[in-house]
Amino acid sequence: MDVVYYLIQNMLPIGVPLLLVALGGMFSERSGIINIALEGIMLFGAFFGALFVLLVQGSSMGPQTILLIGMLVAGISGLIYSLLLSFASINMKANQVIVGTALNMLIPAMILLFSKMFFSSDGITTSKSFYIREIPILSKIPIIGELFFQRTYLTVIIGFIILAISVVVLYKTRFGLRLRACGEHPHAADSVGINVYKMRYAGVSISGVLAGIGGFFYAVGVMDGNVSGHTGVAGFGFLALAVMIFGQWKPIRIMFAAMFFAFLRTLAYSVSLIPFLFDLGIDQTYYKILPYLATMLVLALTSKNSRAPKAEGIPYDKSQR
Amino acid sequence: MQGNNNADKLKFNIKNITSHSGFKSLGAALMAIFLGLVVGFIIMLVARPENAIAGFRFVLLGGMGRLGDVLYFATPILMTGLAVGFAFKMGLFNIGASGQYTMGMFFALYVAFNWDLPGSTHWIVAIFAGFVGGMIWGFIPGIFKALLNVNEVITSIMFNYIGMYLVDMWIQNNGVMYNSSLTRTRYIASGVQIPALGIAGSNVNLGIIIAIIIAVILYIVLEKTTFGYELKATGHNKHAAEYAGMQGKRNIILTMTIAGGMAGIGGAFAILAPSAIAGSSMTYEPINIIAANGFTGIAVALLGNAHPLGTILSATFISYIQRGGTLTSLVGFKPEIIDIVVAVIIYFSAFAMIMNSAIARFIKARLGKDDEKPLQETDSENEENTVEDEEVIKKETEKEAE
Repeated sequence: MDVVYYLIQNMLPIGVPLLLVALGGMFSERSGIINIALEGIMLFGAFFGALFVLLVQGSSMGPQTILLIGMLVAGISGLIYSLLLSFASINMKANQVIVGTALNMLIPAMILLFSKMFFSSDGITTSKSFYIREIPILSKIPIIGELFFQRTYLTVIIGFIILAISVVVLYKTRFGLRLRACGEHPHAADSVGINVYKMRYAGVSISGVLAGIGGFFYAVGVMDGNVSGHTGVAGFGFLALAVMIFGQWKPIRIMFAAMFFAFLRTLAYSVSLIPFLFDLGIDQTYYKILPYLATMLVLALTSKNSRAPKAEGIPYDKSQR
Repeated sequence: MQGNNNADKLKFNIKNITSHSGFKSLGAALMAIFLGLVVGFIIMLVARPENAIAGFRFVLLGGMGRLGDVLYFATPILMTGLAVGFAFKMGLFNIGASGQYTMGMFFALYVAFNWDLPGSTHWIVAIFAGFVGGMIWGFIPGIFKALLNVNEVITSIMFNYIGMYLVDMWIQNNGVMYNSSLTRTRYIASGVQIPALGIAGSNVNLGIIIAIIIAVILYIVLEKTTFGYELKATGHNKHAAEYAGMQGKRNIILTMTIAGGMAGIGGAFAILAPSAIAGSSMTYEPINIIAANGFTGIAVALLGNAHPLGTILSATFISYIQRGGTLTSLVGFKPEIIDIVVAVIIYFSAFAMIMNSAIARFIKARLGKDDEKPLQETDSENEENTVEDEEVIKKETEKEAE
């Protein structure tokens, strides 16, 4: 039972960044823009979030306050960076996949350049611990308390709050309805007076905020508060895209998909703690490959009847109505 | 046009990249390069203003004195550029060149260390092994795309990671290939290395010659064979091609396999090349990072307009500024500045063509020469112009077919 607790406790901080970034990808694609730049936006947010932590970690601010402000910093950075994608793909009608690839390549190089020049390292190393041993009161609930409110990070709770907000925004507000219309049939949306360009800017910007926050949460929950230009976010932005497809562009399903991948990853990195798996003597590398292989398997099974937004990837052109 | 676009929704609009006349695409490439260099310069100004001009001089001119090295490092990225560009022609975005490159490198390395072959053929067989390794890693996304309708972008990204982890593990577990105290692969015997061309001060080798020959062969395949024609036709309009009786699925798999093979040869060229220390070869360090040369290939392909011969020029250019970039560390910068320039170049090449036609119109309007063409200003109308170009080209290809 201890192993199960351990796996779940470790799964959540890994699953939450995946969840947030996949939700971001969902908002972007629901508006009609393929956001393959999630990986780069994550790293951009993580970098500025960690930079903020580095600047204030000597002050008297409490760790959870720093985390919250760092989250805001990361979200805003992500938003700003995502504007590059919006501009190219909405105003300039550029190929969204190529622009996304360029944005993914730009950030690691930037981080390496500046970190090597100013910190003589590959990234940012912070010393603040955001770890929470147990949350008062809630952690005393039997089973659930131990699973969700002990040995965790604040990021987990924030992640689930954002999930709830996303569900409401997407399905219960006028904005969500309009956003979805722009991804399914932008010309019809335009004909009833919705500004498709604005909605798409909104979709990509939300994805920028969420991916930025997700990147920072990755740095906090997975990398112990560090950011490296070399390893970046280890393909989490791409995994999030796969999570989004697996979740069929629906928030709750995306949450389950994200947790599934996070569980596989946690398993991969804790093989030595689980006697049963360790005794099999399989090279750890195979476990590391597991999330990627699982992605392929899942996609192979689900892509035939995909529920992708119909207009995603196509630049919107008013004159072609 | 909208109908085509709708049908091709998951695929990106390849026509913006491939189907324009050489002059226009050259203009777009130059524009993207110019903007990339400008952004690079601005970043240098921000990072270290006092040395920015000196650093930028290195970027622009640093490659001059080391032309042998420029060709040496152009060899692998020419191959990955061909790998990306060849798939582009069919409307596939092969972002997996990195994994294919790594796999090819491993296959070549394995043959170089573990097979016993007569001297003069050993390196040729090793390169061929690299070809096979890359083909396998291109074949998989091809199968996923053709038979299971999984977007090749996601598949190739996943297989970049899978390939990298596998290769790193295989190398670390093989004492013949891996020197664990240096955490790098060992040097391969000098007889297995690709013979150097003997240009003083550089190890530029037969690899670049073979790479150029391969580029020419690809050009012939694309322009003079039925397969090449089918491939381009599918890139233009998948449904029309299938309606005309072309086997789309078979062609997707074939294209991805060949593209993967190209990147695999690139990996073989990189690892079998002699290095600066006499008698030594290039080595690989398995540190769980996916190979950058695969991604540089995307820039090479875009700049070269996915044209095999244009790719030769763009690979040389990128390698040239990369050589200059390494010199910038003399004045306190880091070679990563070139990675930034390359990324910015890719960003702008995605819409340089649209931007250029807008600028051209603006200049024409300023000079009052708008009698040649009616003045058009909005983006949408620019789009229409490119659409016209595409149709002209389609007509041309149709004539070829007859």
